[in-house]
Amino acid sequence: MDYSIRIGGEAGQGIQTVGDTLSRVFSRSGYHVFTHQDYESRVRGGHNFYQVRVADRQLTAARDRIDILVAFDLDSIAKDAAFLAEQGQIIYDSGALKKKFDGRQFLDIPFTALSVEHGGSRIMANTVATGAILGMLGMGLDILLKIISGTFQKKGEDVIRANVDAATAGYGFAVKECVSCSFSTADKAEQKMLIAGIDAIGAGALASGCKFYAAYPMTPSTGIMNYLAGKAKDYGVVAEQAEDEIAAINMALGASFAGVRAMTASSGGGFALMVEGLSLAAMTETPIVIGLGQRPGPATGLPTRTEQGELQFALYTAHGEFPRIIFAPGDPEQAFHLTNKAFDLSEKYQVPAFVIFDQYLADTQWTHAGFDLDRLVYTDYRLRADALTGLSEYKRHAYSATGISPMAVPGDSRHVVVTDSDEHDEDGHLIEDAETRVKMIDKRLFRKIPLIKKEIAPPLFYGDADPEIVLVGWGSTYGVIKEAVGELSGEEKIAMLHFSEIFPFPDTDVFDYLSLLRNAGKTLCIEQNATSQFARLMKAETGFEFSALINRYDGRPFTVEALLGELRGKS
Amino acid sequence: MTVGPLPLRPSSENSVASLDDYRGLTPAWCPGCGNFSILKTFKEALVELNIEPHQFTIVSGIGQAAKFPHYLKCNTFNGLHGRSLPVATGIRLANHEMPVFAFAGDGDCYGEGGNHLMHTMRKNVNVKLFVHDNQVYGLTKGQASPTTQEGTVTKNMPFGVFSEQLNPMALAVALDCSFVARSFSGDQEHLKSIVKAAIDHKGFCLVDILQPCVSFNKINTHEWYKQRVYHLEPDYDPTDRVKAFERSLEWGERIPIGILYRNSRLSLEERIPIIRDRTLVKQCYDINKLSDILKDFY
Repeated sequence: MDYSIRIGGEAGQGIQTVGDTLSRVFSRSGYHVFTHQDYESRVRGGHNFYQVRVADRQLTAARDRIDILVAFDLDSIAKDAAFLAEQGQIIYDSGALKKKFDGRQFLDIPFTALSVEHGGSRIMANTVATGAILGMLGMGLDILLKIISGTFQKKGEDVIRANVDAATAGYGFAVKECVSCSFSTADKAEQKMLIAGIDAIGAGALASGCKFYAAYPMTPSTGIMNYLAGKAKDYGVVAEQAEDEIAAINMALGASFAGVRAMTASSGGGFALMVEGLSLAAMTETPIVIGLGQRPGPATGLPTRTEQGELQFALYTAHGEFPRIIFAPGDPEQAFHLTNKAFDLSEKYQVPAFVIFDQYLADTQWTHAGFDLDRLVYTDYRLRADALTGLSEYKRHAYSATGISPMAVPGDSRHVVVTDSDEHDEDGHLIEDAETRVKMIDKRLFRKIPLIKKEIAPPLFYGDADPEIVLVGWGSTYGVIKEAVGELSGEEKIAMLHFSEIFPFPDTDVFDYLSLLRNAGKTLCIEQNATSQFARLMKAETGFEFSALINRYDGRPFTVEALLGELRGKS
Repeated sequence: MTVGPLPLRPSSENSVASLDDYRGLTPAWCPGCGNFSILKTFKEALVELNIEPHQFTIVSGIGQAAKFPHYLKCNTFNGLHGRSLPVATGIRLANHEMPVFAFAGDGDCYGEGGNHLMHTMRKNVNVKLFVHDNQVYGLTKGQASPTTQEGTVTKNMPFGVFSEQLNPMALAVALDCSFVARSFSGDQEHLKSIVKAAIDHKGFCLVDILQPCVSFNKINTHEWYKQRVYHLEPDYDPTDRVKAFERSLEWGERIPIGILYRNSRLSLEERIPIIRDRTLVKQCYDINKLSDILKDFY
């Protein structure tokens, strides 16, 4: 069992609702799910799709091959039918599309008419479609009906009943009419967690004790603000929408200075405005976590599409020389735990920490058995009331063997806390002398970097222990590379190296990944950008050069088939 | 004037502050700079209000005014040019029991930080902004600021300033800023009364302090201001917004100083329900709440 269902249509037709509901039915049934979306930067119209892949084994990527295509517009048939599997089915409503299609693969389901007849209104056409898909797959309706009851609880019994009837009508129609449906589903299992990358970052922040979030809306980062604002009441979080990104990062720094864990996020264009604030965080040694959701640039680029084009930007941007930490999770579970690690290390070393993601990771939903909450790290590194009152003197930027100075909460004792964007002395007051300048650079930069480096985990290894081919990736390409390795493992000695803790660049003491690469015949670096930004970082940090580079920069994610095609072309 | 109980003041340990407690570094301002009298007046106001150095925070950006917190002992975040207000907002949202004062110059606050000024007024964050308005850029040596008089010739504007002079008071009244006042560094008693009234006010305060720049502004000198400023009448009603707008337009031969406008809008901090009972900084990490964190995803 490994089916992909694509729901295509215009923005505003409700394809998201159908996709979300189906995914939830599958994850609650215990199946593995992977969903991704393709949409245009508009609120109404255009052509968009939501694709749900469901299987009885772990899924980490999307496939091109479609088994069921739900066409809410004619474009879906024109553009997406080419991807239909041999035994695939296209369902559509000839009444709504005002066109009839012949052929074994087409199934005309009167979504609207059934909605009116059984639900009493046109607006349940999507519920009819959702029921129909479950009927085609030969799955039960019970979980969908439970979801409907939950969703419409507040709207009352009548609305629930109408939707239940609409879903049942769609289901019954498909069971009866889809004579060429040959789908079969595996036995149900224990329900799984279904989570999108962007929510995993939000949940990771919340679980790390993030109390303050300031941002300006920008795709694909907005989901973090929505998530944290939704949790504001239950968890005590202030989520402030700032007037611009410059204000957002400065607000977060103010909150962090005042004693709470703080975060901001944006996409490249918004982060560009934050850059002076990044430098300010470094100089004042104020902890901050920055989410950077990449999308294709330059400038406005392709606002709703995906790219890994901002690694070098995150690495080198901002004036002055200072340490920074950069993580790029590959799936929601990594996103959850690396956001937690970013909060911990940012506060421990008083340096800015990044969680880099992209539209693809933000929007894709994955199933997991659950996240291990025991792995969460929380240490409050700030000096608060009791720890402070006993001190005879206090200097915010005091020299120390580790380069880390005591970080007091202002107002918690009689000691004043002083910091400055100018070069400053241990007290935090501005200076001009050369000696202090050199000592401060030593403290902020040279003492901290070796300690931070020790915290960085090596890349994740998967596949043949003695590989002839090594596929290398970072961030959101993790899942598709992993599936490609799985597909090719029968024919090749192949493995994957995936980097999610990117900077400081991982050492080789725990895992000598460089020897592994040097011993392999072919090493391919796969990136969703035009200039192989990670490959260049690898060369700069280790001197290693990959034997081949694979780049995709059309704003679309790699599917399993597309990556396999590239790999076969290169080998 | 009499000062009521401080709405923002953290609990003090009954100690009485003296001027000496606020001693900071020796100022590097030009001799004769209006900043000296602002610094002295501000310290006196703090002593009279008995707010100790550790009980408040000053945020500032870049410019001569922004050096203020180094010359006065207090919690300090001296950040970037134009960015003092968002930092102040972050501090207030994390700890609304901490009084936060921002010190900025006319370039810092009306130029570089103009967007933040507009939106901090709208949000009504309970921060007191004191603008050292000398109508010129001092630190970068004499360029026009947003409040420089139209036509003024500078090194990089040989044909004179083309832009209309910004009127911060009219702007603030138009945006329904919670407290709008103007004073003059050469009238220390007046300035002190305005500083104290601002500290006492609940809501965002803009205090525009006219001051000479002895090095770079040869037009708006101490004498120039002295001849023009006058106190608003004792029966002036600062709660009448339309009147306040009218008076805020007065500039030139006669310049009114005093509290031009004030209202009692709720501050942003008062509007956020989750910090009503307890400051954010006092709300501890609760590991027991975590088990629920993933429930939404099933």
